[in-house]
Formats: sequence, structure tokens, C-alpha cells
Amino acid sequence: MTFRAEIIITLKEGVLDTAGKAVSLSLRHLGHQGIRELRMGRVVAVTLDTPDEASARTMVETMCSDLLVNDLIEEHRYSLEKI
Amino acid sequence: MRSTVIIFPGSNCDRDVLRALEEHTNGSVTPVWHAESNLPEETDLVVLPGGFSYGDYLRPGAMAARAPIMEAVKDHVARGKFVLGICNGFQVLTEARLLPGALLPNKSLSFICRPCHVRVETTGSPFTCRYSMHRVLQFPIAHHEGLYFLPDKEIENLEKNGQIIFRYADTKGNLSEASNPNGSKNNIAGIANAKRNVLGLMPHPERASDPLLGGTDGIGMWHSIQSWIEEREGK
Repeated sequence: MTFRAEIIITLKEGVLDTAGKAVSLSLRHLGHQGIRELRMGRVVAVTLDTPDEASARTMVETMCSDLLVNDLIEEHRYSLEKI
Repeated sequence: MRSTVIIFPGSNCDRDVLRALEEHTNGSVTPVWHAESNLPEETDLVVLPGGFSYGDYLRPGAMAARAPIMEAVKDHVARGKFVLGICNGFQVLTEARLLPGALLPNKSLSFICRPCHVRVETTGSPFTCRYSMHRVLQFPIAHHEGLYFLPDKEIENLEKNGQIIFRYADTKGNLSEASNPNGSKNNIAGIANAKRNVLGLMPHPERASDPLLGGTDGIGMWHSIQSWIEEREGK
């Protein structure tokens, strides 16, 4: 089976997000005054060939802990879609 | 004393480190490519140099920390041997979990490339034993991700255990926000592991090891490591 996983990685609450701060400042300068907080992150899109959904989920979690996410400063969530 | 300098794709300070070690220590100095799985026999010191390993993709140091040679480096650390990570090398060491913490983008969001001052926080380490306590050194910095981060509770432990080896300071050794170029917690410029055989620092001692480069304060670090090894291991 083929799955498309979209993994979203963001900095944990309390970890200074300097890029997010700069972008939110820039948006405010453009007149967007209602921004309470803006956090930046990254998206990793992976297409997987696995026997079933459970093994696709295991594979995503293992890739996150092996390399994609530094759990001292980052957290992640993902969606999985069968294609 | 035998030294090994690891070269990752994207390392760019390896030649500076090789030269500093050749000039200021008395043993062999060997470059080793990251894809190797073994260090040269009887290596005492491994240096992970500065640069932009793997283009800094994902997170600085993340992929280099998983390179084949890093298993041998971890084994080297476990045997009580010495490892020094400079700039990107420091980032690699945190990503490899050989040192606690992480290096985040500078508070200013700018790439900072200029001389800075650091204060020696302990002389009881293999990397600083030939300096005097609280001596102020001028080392250049050149980084975008140099803000040292660790949760407050764990920073307290670093402080208690004397693992903070260098702090950013002014020329007189005073610590302030103005003397902290990147917003690092507690002005931290360099830390060691609990056993103090692994040091990571953002400033570049190898770029302050020759008068032609504008400074010689880094020479003390090479002499420190050499004398520590000579005194304890008779090399």
C-alpha cells in the first residue's frame, strides 16, 4: 500500500522562535494587528510503501525519533493519507 | 598526543584546525572522512571542525551526528578520550547527544561574524588547564545558530557541576546582555559533558592561533590538551 505522510515539526512552547517573531513583526508592519502569536515550523512530506497503515505509522514515528525531530526543542504531528 | 580531525561534507574549518594542531602540538594529526567507520589507532583527541555540514539542512549538525564515523567517536568518548567540537562541531555534538542542549538561531536572526570575548570559567578541564581562571580570551565567532538553549532546570545542573567552560564577556570579563552576541542562556559560549572529556564551543580557537590571523589566544587550548594528556597518560 502507498501512503503520503505530512509531518509538521514546530518548536516547543517556551523555546524562542526568532524567525516566528520576525515574521509576525513584519506582518504587523503590513497592518495585520490582530496577531497574538506566530510560530514557524517545517513540513516534511513523505510517500511510503508499506504493507498496512499501522506499519506506515510506526515508520513515520521512527523516522521522527531517528532524525527528523529533536525532541529537546521540537514537537511534531502528522497526517496520513492512503494514495 | 595523536589528533584526528573529522571532515564532513560542508566542513570548512578543517584545514585551520589541522594547521593549529600541527603547529602547536607535538604529535600526529590525521584528517578522517566522515564515511569511515574507524578512527586512527591510539587517537587521543578528535576534533569536529566548524562549517556547514550537509548544508545545515534539517537542523545544523543533525545529519553529521548520524554519519558513520560518529559511532567510533561515541565509543572514543565512552573510553574517556577527548573530543572537541567547534561551532558546527558543537552543533554536531549536541545533535549526537554527546553534549546536552541545542543551538538555536541567534536572537538577532543575523549571521554574526566578528571577534568576541569569552571568559574562562574553569581551569579544571583538559581544554583550559593552561589558561588562568577568568582570563578573557579573544576568539572570532561566525555563526547563525549559536544561541545555547537548555531548559532552566538542566542549566542549573550544568552550573552546579561546573560544566560551563566559557562564557561571553566584555574585555574586562564582565558578563552582560551587551557582551552576549547571540542571546545564549547564561552567556554560555562553551560547555563540557559531566566527565569533562568532551567540549563544545561556538567561538573558533583555531582562528586565534597565529599572529597572522589577528590573535593567538587559542594556542592555550592546544597546549592545555597536550599537557593534560602528557601529564595523565605520559604521552
